Amino acid sequence: MPQITYREAIRHALAEELTRDPNVVVMGEEVAQFNGAYKVTDGLLATFGPTRIVDTPISEAGFIGLGVGASMLGIRPVMELMFWSFYSVAFDQILNNAANVRYMSGGQINCPIVIRGPANGGTNVGATHSHTPENVLANHPGVKVVVPATAYDAKGLLKSAIRDNDPVFFLENTILYGDKGEVPEAEYVIPLGKADIKRVGADLTIVTYGRCVIHSLKAAEVLEKDHGISVEVVDLRTIRPLDFDTVLASVKKTNRVLIVEEQKPFASVGTQLAYMIQREAFDDLDGPIHRLATIDAPAIYSPPVETEQLPNPGRVIKAVLAAMA
Amino acid sequence: MSKKPSAIADIKAESAVKATDYALAPINAALSSTQRIELYRTMIRIRRFEERSLRAYQGKNPSGGTNIGGFLHLYIGQEAVAVGCCSLMGKNDHVITAYRDHGHAIAVGMDTKPLMAELYGKITGCSKGKGGSMHYFAPDKNFWGGHGIVGGQIPLGTGLAYALKYQGKKGAAMAFMGDGAVNQGAVHEAYNLASLWNLPVVFVIENNGYSMGTSQARSSAGQLAKRAEGYNMTWGQCDGHDVYEVRALMDKHLTLAREQSRPSTVEIDTYRYRGHSVADPDNTYRTKTEIEEYRNKKDPIQVSLHKLLAEGVLTETLADQIDAEARAEAESAAEFADASPYPTPDDIQKDVYWESDHPAQRKSEGRLFFD
Repeated sequence: MPQITYREAIRHALAEELTRDPNVVVMGEEVAQFNGAYKVTDGLLATFGPTRIVDTPISEAGFIGLGVGASMLGIRPVMELMFWSFYSVAFDQILNNAANVRYMSGGQINCPIVIRGPANGGTNVGATHSHTPENVLANHPGVKVVVPATAYDAKGLLKSAIRDNDPVFFLENTILYGDKGEVPEAEYVIPLGKADIKRVGADLTIVTYGRCVIHSLKAAEVLEKDHGISVEVVDLRTIRPLDFDTVLASVKKTNRVLIVEEQKPFASVGTQLAYMIQREAFDDLDGPIHRLATIDAPAIYSPPVETEQLPNPGRVIKAVLAAMA
Repeated sequence: MSKKPSAIADIKAESAVKATDYALAPINAALSSTQRIELYRTMIRIRRFEERSLRAYQGKNPSGGTNIGGFLHLYIGQEAVAVGCCSLMGKNDHVITAYRDHGHAIAVGMDTKPLMAELYGKITGCSKGKGGSMHYFAPDKNFWGGHGIVGGQIPLGTGLAYALKYQGKKGAAMAFMGDGAVNQGAVHEAYNLASLWNLPVVFVIENNGYSMGTSQARSSAGQLAKRAEGYNMTWGQCDGHDVYEVRALMDKHLTLAREQSRPSTVEIDTYRYRGHSVADPDNTYRTKTEIEEYRNKKDPIQVSLHKLLAEGVLTETLADQIDAEARAEAESAAEFADASPYPTPDDIQKDVYWESDHPAQRKSEGRLFFD
């Protein structure tokens, strides 16, 4: 099976869906002539032309809102946010208009839009560019939120997202763009809302998603080798809809759980997970639910310190050892 | 309004007819008598519908609760704008507006029964009681809302135009906003995109002089529509009390959109007699004298009635009959709303996701809802 990067996997998903459905349009800042600020859309303009691959001004509220309006008439816009951090200037369009229009119209109007782009810290770009808004987004009924960790998942999930009739927010990671993984050449899709057990284990379940999956897998190897601890890693892949059954089955098997997330701790995705786990698996737990998150401050610039502010394999190992103590 | 149910009684001696007679504009000269009467009828249907909704809002229902909750932003005084603009719609023309949306909804042809039921929060409402006064929608009538956040609908309207162009359809989007919306960033972003990409949209500023309780002089620098020049868009301005004048101006701008795929902005001067919403005490920022001036001299329904009588298109008897029918329709809508059931708690989580409403076709897995 060929190895391709996470970036290429997303590009292939876009190209395949652009080919499959003439209503799909890719739109965003620098997606066309510049070939993508992070080169995700590299070459798409040459293949699909300027009607399908559209450069926008730096005008997120304008172009995201335009995409929402176009989607109401049957266009399937795939909008790139150069950083998900820029969602704040389009908040009204994303979370008032896209999220609510179906409901407020009594189900008469659909909004099949995808908004995608990177949402992560760890690149020393300071607090304004390092937001991870999956909890904020998922707080809005009507939307779907996807955070893929691998090339394989990114491709299969993005294809499902583009075919979905509800608004889907797809959160990528600039640090993962260069990571290679096995991706089949034959077409496949991965349904939204299906978690994936990335590593089977017996002693403790790590529930995680996004780049923290990679950290957790690295930590799990060390924990197995140096400490004899067998860690199961559950990758949620999609935040909403949420495959809680897979989480529950794993927790019931290992009886210990650590949530790892690149979120600020207060009212994070992990907070919701912890509530659900205690509610539905209280008697299966051998100890309190643990959680490792980003250290609670705006993203620090200082490069070596930012690494420590975020979850990383070393912090995951410590958190697992604390949970097992 | 008038004490007896006669439209004729509403006519004031000083009702103004402008020197420039827009009735002679080709788009109006071509109207049949029936079509002229229909414009009038639609305006008076909007007026009577809203007067009836106001009574429902202020009254108590038999169980002691309110018939209509939340906000009720009345369009009374502005009817010629929505009616004039929407009367020009072809099959590929689309409308989107803000929260003062009752007039547009009726003007695009929505049935007043589900409109009233929506105000009452009933399941028979046009949005099943989920949207309320500010959130009417009728995609089958090319009407895309009904939006609550000032200016937030303007990028959406631009997107409707984008879709028309992408799909190769010859049509136009009309994106309505109030005068207060011109100071919102989203409006300017939409202006830029529309002009940059040659999108067939007409931005319609309904200038009633007040952004909520702040007058134009205290909120906006310069002529509102002229801001279009900064985006290389043409613009126009007209008196919105005369439905013929509205149609004459809008026809030009819609033609520009449909034929040349160019956006433009129009500013239509109008006036609302009621507060920003019914909850607005309306005594802090303008005088009763000012309101009476508009009522007496520029009321769009009176202006229209006066012209139709002068044209010999309408008789007093027919005018009274139309008014009586409009009042009866409003009453019948209120009765329908009153008799309709509320949604149930089971309805709360319907219409959230397409997928949860179509379980047989659902492709995703996992939990969509949480408790």
